[in-house]
Amino acid sequence: MTTIRDAAQKVMQTAIGLAPERWLPGGTPDPLIGRHGAIGSSVPRVDGPRKVRGEAPFAAEIPAGNMTYAALVFSTIARGHIATLDTDAAQTAPGVVLVMTYRNAPRMAPPAVFLSDPRAAGASSLPVMQDDAIHWNGEPVAVILAETQEQADHAATLVHVTYTRETASTSFEHAATHAHRPDNVLGEPAVIEIGNAEAALAEAAHKIDRTYHTPRYSHAAIEPHAATVWWEADGRLVVHDATQMLNGTRWTLAGIFGLKEEQVRILSPFVGGGFGGKALWNHQILAIAASRLSGRPVRIALSREGVFRVSGGRTTTRQRVALGARADGTLSALIHTGTAAMTAYNNCPEQFSFPARHLYAAGSFKLEQKVADIDMVANTFMRAPGESVGTFALESAIDELAADMGLDPIDLRRRIEPVKDPTSGHSFSARHLLDAYARGAERFGWSARSPTPRARREGEWLVGMGVATATYPYYRMPGGTARITLTRAGHACVAMASHEMGMGTATVQVQATADRLGLPIDHVTFAYGDTALPPGTIAGGSSQTASIAATVTAASEKLVSALLKLVGNDSPLAGLRAGDVEARDGGLGHRTIPDRFESYVSILSRANREEVSAEAEAPMPLEVQKYAMHSYGAQFCEVRVSTVTGETRVSRFLGSFDTGRILNPRTAASQFRGGIIMGLGLALTEETLFDERTGRIINASLAEYHMPVHLDVPEIDVIWTDSPDPRAPLGAHGIGEIGITGVGAAVANAIYNATGRRIRDLPITLDKLL
Amino acid sequence: MLITINGQGTEVALDPRTSLLDLLREHLELHGTKKGCDQGACGACTVLADGERILSCMALAVQYEGRSISTVEGLAHGGALHPLQQAFIDHDGFQCGYCTPGQLCSAIGMAAEIARGVPSAVTADLAAGTISPSRDELRERMSGNLCRCGAHNGIIDAITEIYTAEAAE
Repeated sequence: MTTIRDAAQKVMQTAIGLAPERWLPGGTPDPLIGRHGAIGSSVPRVDGPRKVRGEAPFAAEIPAGNMTYAALVFSTIARGHIATLDTDAAQTAPGVVLVMTYRNAPRMAPPAVFLSDPRAAGASSLPVMQDDAIHWNGEPVAVILAETQEQADHAATLVHVTYTRETASTSFEHAATHAHRPDNVLGEPAVIEIGNAEAALAEAAHKIDRTYHTPRYSHAAIEPHAATVWWEADGRLVVHDATQMLNGTRWTLAGIFGLKEEQVRILSPFVGGGFGGKALWNHQILAIAASRLSGRPVRIALSREGVFRVSGGRTTTRQRVALGARADGTLSALIHTGTAAMTAYNNCPEQFSFPARHLYAAGSFKLEQKVADIDMVANTFMRAPGESVGTFALESAIDELAADMGLDPIDLRRRIEPVKDPTSGHSFSARHLLDAYARGAERFGWSARSPTPRARREGEWLVGMGVATATYPYYRMPGGTARITLTRAGHACVAMASHEMGMGTATVQVQATADRLGLPIDHVTFAYGDTALPPGTIAGGSSQTASIAATVTAASEKLVSALLKLVGNDSPLAGLRAGDVEARDGGLGHRTIPDRFESYVSILSRANREEVSAEAEAPMPLEVQKYAMHSYGAQFCEVRVSTVTGETRVSRFLGSFDTGRILNPRTAASQFRGGIIMGLGLALTEETLFDERTGRIINASLAEYHMPVHLDVPEIDVIWTDSPDPRAPLGAHGIGEIGITGVGAAVANAIYNATGRRIRDLPITLDKLL
Repeated sequence: MLITINGQGTEVALDPRTSLLDLLREHLELHGTKKGCDQGACGACTVLADGERILSCMALAVQYEGRSISTVEGLAHGGALHPLQQAFIDHDGFQCGYCTPGQLCSAIGMAAEIARGVPSAVTADLAAGTISPSRDELRERMSGNLCRCGAHNGIIDAITEIYTAEAAE
């Protein structure tokens, strides 16, 4: 994995010379930062009408002639080999078109695992159905294709498999005794030590030293993973997928099947929830292989059980947080170490130590992540991977220290607010965490909280309040290209293979492009979700909004140059250069001379052009090399805990965020709330139950995997500072993930305030409070 | 057999194992009704059978011979959205849109249950003839429709706007 880091650094160094000044220290901020136009308006979703009419087509709904339907047979052991495999009954069952096993599957290269190459999208590097080896309990061992789904599902029950078992690593406790440091944690070092934190802790006037456990979680998007695939007569491959990484999927599938990238087209305009889970798993690869063997289109729509067997979720962690404090409430030692379960075939160590690298000032640090090798379906990124569960541990410990010292937990955070990033030493590009706390505390009525646990009782209910910090990094991904086409009618279309899983991507980019080009929003469209368009970047790491915005900015600059080349000598713009003009009022105008203006319609008409088009790649994200760029928030929670049943009810919740400029208050509020609600599940109800005897997931259904339902969700208040980050395109940060961070601790801290009980093991179910 | 879908009589010949959901999605190309779990746990497949909300994944299509089924495709009248559809847009009662058709159909069936005086687990007075569509009543009654994007507040806001106004009339 060091090769990835080396390669990434080399790319960065090359790019420094190419980056526009805007994104570098001292450069001019994006001119749209301060402008109120379409940006900042609560524009309703552009895809809203199609979604409420049920007309938005998802991957399992794409028609194809001569369709076959796929069903999978899953292994029932965690490690070993297939001993016997009897498919006779399935082969002869009504409607069966194909039974594919390792015996007849086409030869396929193993998937390039995510992060092994900037273009790689594989969830695991394990070969797919190439031999009789079994690597996890639930690994597909046979694919049935039939004329109908019912026939395929029935035939799958007729496949008879026996296994030779080998000893599997399925106990986290046991595997943790052999835990090892990964080469890196998403390109960052696995260990950071500043000073001697253990010694400082030992000498500290006040100390907290605790261990926290978090379980496995599932994305549980309501749309099960699905794909509709076929091979064209000329050997090209078409995949209608539900994915968060269109171009990565294309490159990775091309590698698996020995194709050129341009022979593969991935389409995914609508994704029924992603949260990190809609990646390249075995099912798409198996469907494509089966389609090649059968010569027919294949629809693979995973059963809900299949989603749990074939696609991984968030992994389990055991974390130690130790804090040493001086009498004045400043920290002398901050230790956050621990272990996450992972497989030997993927690279997703759940970066729980990341928040502690950037949040608080301390005299010394010891931050370390290890992984324990488990035989299980590859774990993966799930909404704020690392930060979600890392903030549970860190922010619970901060609350414990505050209680121990008799300090208000917000006051403690004021005392440990850093001036610069505590581990990198970089300046913060924008940080208004204490402002977010102040605004949140006022609105939530924090001053009414009694610092003494069990102080408020209403009948059988103990009522308490808790608070915790939310944080998530700013990321912007390189490698995207946007094409803007401006028509003679004055309409612009932006095209980029981007993703919409409900974040509001198309809506917000229409807003941003409208302001960028000085057009009304109904003159702008955004084409996305198809690798036939210029390449997009992944929908991950809350990066897409900034990534697309920077790319569109680059393309719009080219577009302005192209337009200026079209203007004739009699144009009011004659002789002007790109630097002299700005886009406004449906055309270009001199920055300071109002009447030197010509509309796009006029420019194109005079030039007798139907349209003009410009395409550009985004500059490298050098801003993150120079600045510590993060989003923040303060999560306030009020709970009611029954003294009779032990059940926790969240009665009030407020998220106060500091995430740069808010581009669309309507969709932003929904993203924040969505993260918070998933955080309530993380805190109280959700757990993917992994049977450590067999390595099998026990609760592979939505009836047994308990996500919050309507009655679990109170009215959630969200507010924001709306302070632009001068280093970010549009002054904005991505906000898809920060909402879930801090929620686990805010709930746990509120439960402590209500009951006096510290629960350090998620989820906080009734039994733990009785 | 003959079944009425969104007001239109439809003649179908089926494998008797076919669920009502698969009839809609795979045989009639009505993909608006969604499959989220195929085991009655998520509510994404909710449709109205003679006005009552049912989980179409748990219903065999042949059971509904001669019955009238309404799906999300039948809610709008031509160009005009059903008021609840518009309210979902106005209150941002969805993100990815996958649970939305089930939420819409479920809400319409639920409103009819409240209007009929059918009590729920949170109804305080079971003897009262009328039930007020309070936020708690709506949340309890919509709890069979899962949403993973976290649009719960917007969904309840949208339903409140349409049905508390209606109840007050």
